[in-house]
Amino acid sequence: MTALVDQLKGGLDAPICLTWELTYACNLECVHCLSSSGRRDPRELTTDEAKAVLDELHRLQVFYINIGGGEPMIRRDFFELVEYSIGLGIGVKFSTNGAFIDADKARRLTALDYLDIQISLDGTDAVTNDAVRGPGSYDTAIRAMGHLRDAGFVERNGPFKISVVVTRHNVDQLDEFQALADQYGAQLRITRLRPSGRGADAWHDLHPTDAQQRQIYQWLLAKGDRVLTGDSFFHLNALGDENLPGLNLCGAGRVVCLIDPVGDVYACPFVIHDEFHAGNVRDDGGFAHIWRHSELFHDLRQPQSAGACASCGSYDACQGGCMAAKFFTGLPLDGPDPECVGGEGEAALAAVDRADAPRPMADHSKPARPVPVALVRK
Amino acid sequence: MTVTADHPVLDRSLALHPQVALRPEPFGALAYHYDTRRLVFLKHVDLVRVVESLDDHDTVVAALTACRIPPERHGAFATAIASLLDSEMLCDRTR
Ligand code: SF4
Ligand code: SF4
Repeated sequence: MTALVDQLKGGLDAPICLTWELTYACNLECVHCLSSSGRRDPRELTTDEAKAVLDELHRLQVFYINIGGGEPMIRRDFFELVEYSIGLGIGVKFSTNGAFIDADKARRLTALDYLDIQISLDGTDAVTNDAVRGPGSYDTAIRAMGHLRDAGFVERNGPFKISVVVTRHNVDQLDEFQALADQYGAQLRITRLRPSGRGADAWHDLHPTDAQQRQIYQWLLAKGDRVLTGDSFFHLNALGDENLPGLNLCGAGRVVCLIDPVGDVYACPFVIHDEFHAGNVRDDGGFAHIWRHSELFHDLRQPQSAGACASCGSYDACQGGCMAAKFFTGLPLDGPDPECVGGEGEAALAAVDRADAPRPMADHSKPARPVPVALVRK
Repeated sequence: MTVTADHPVLDRSLALHPQVALRPEPFGALAYHYDTRRLVFLKHVDLVRVVESLDDHDTVVAALTACRIPPERHGAFATAIASLLDSEMLCDRTR
């Protein structure tokens, strides 16, 4: 293990990968939404509060932020906040389903410096995508990509990203995703599905099978050099001698963290749960105090026990996988990942009762729509 | 291993790319390139000192000397600096 990884485990003065979810409101209701978004929360940060957070991130020399949601463009002050951030020298990458990118917004986005866009898409055809992201969402994303292309976004700012969560149903489409990205001058980004938010329920049916895990690893080794992964597939490194490029560790609370729409700070975007809640940016001392002094983050930066993984020869390569994936499937945090490619995951899952797994918190899902009942007069 | 390094980058005149920001960290520094959006780790505080002083010296080797980096370490520094040049974190010095 390199000295650098050890250093990173001990934490940084400020996060590298800070996700800020601007709102819980969303026009879609994806079945795997990591933040269980849907309805706006009345306590969401105001424009002034959000700007104060940006001022603080500027003082901490945070280079860029990942803006997400919900659908961040729903916020009326979306452009105001993005422009404010960029004005402070904090680059912005934001994730969107594309619903609010029309020709006019595409031009406005193109005109901004230090802005990067990730359009979420989970299938290269409407059937595959819409099964996860909802009816019409495929067309919406493709339309947004077309507007960005027409506005000359790629020529001015470089490739926007097509961001794919790899599931059992789209894993065979990786080549097609790459072709789609090429067609728009975009870059492909693929990330791992975690059982977070509404994904806690959807994960069991959507996550790639053992054979598909190997397929992803082989595909990344063969064709992954142009593909971004957010370093999210490091658990696959246990499969071979060759490590996937990128950081090989769980960065939660060390290099990664989340600010949610109401200002709550969590160790990572995939662990919205009291157990990983470090504080709120509205508290005294703000974000910097939380990052530097929260007990939770302090604990996460201590050497972690390998637990049941200690006897595994692949531990150095895989680091026991993803904390969020273990937590929301009810597995011990110091043991194998539920998708352990050494085959330990299935046994571990079989040993726990799914009903006992912790439930994701801060659920903002829209209320279930009443199922129309045909009234029949008898 | 040679004691006196002769890596071609040592005679170059380099500077930190104007679009790159350095942030000090316990292990050295992080360098972020706002155009390429690449993040690079400078894994030693000495390397950070050298990178920061490049702009004040006509050659890389002059910067190394000014930062009191012993000649036997110049080879390793040259490799690190060449890779920073490759990733456009450094560029040719224009002044
Ligand atoms: S047993 Fe643990 S360390 Fe070994 S491959 Fe599985 S998750 Fe990784
Ligand atoms: S908990 Fe999982 S998703 Fe979060 S930083 Fe760790 S490995 Fe990444």
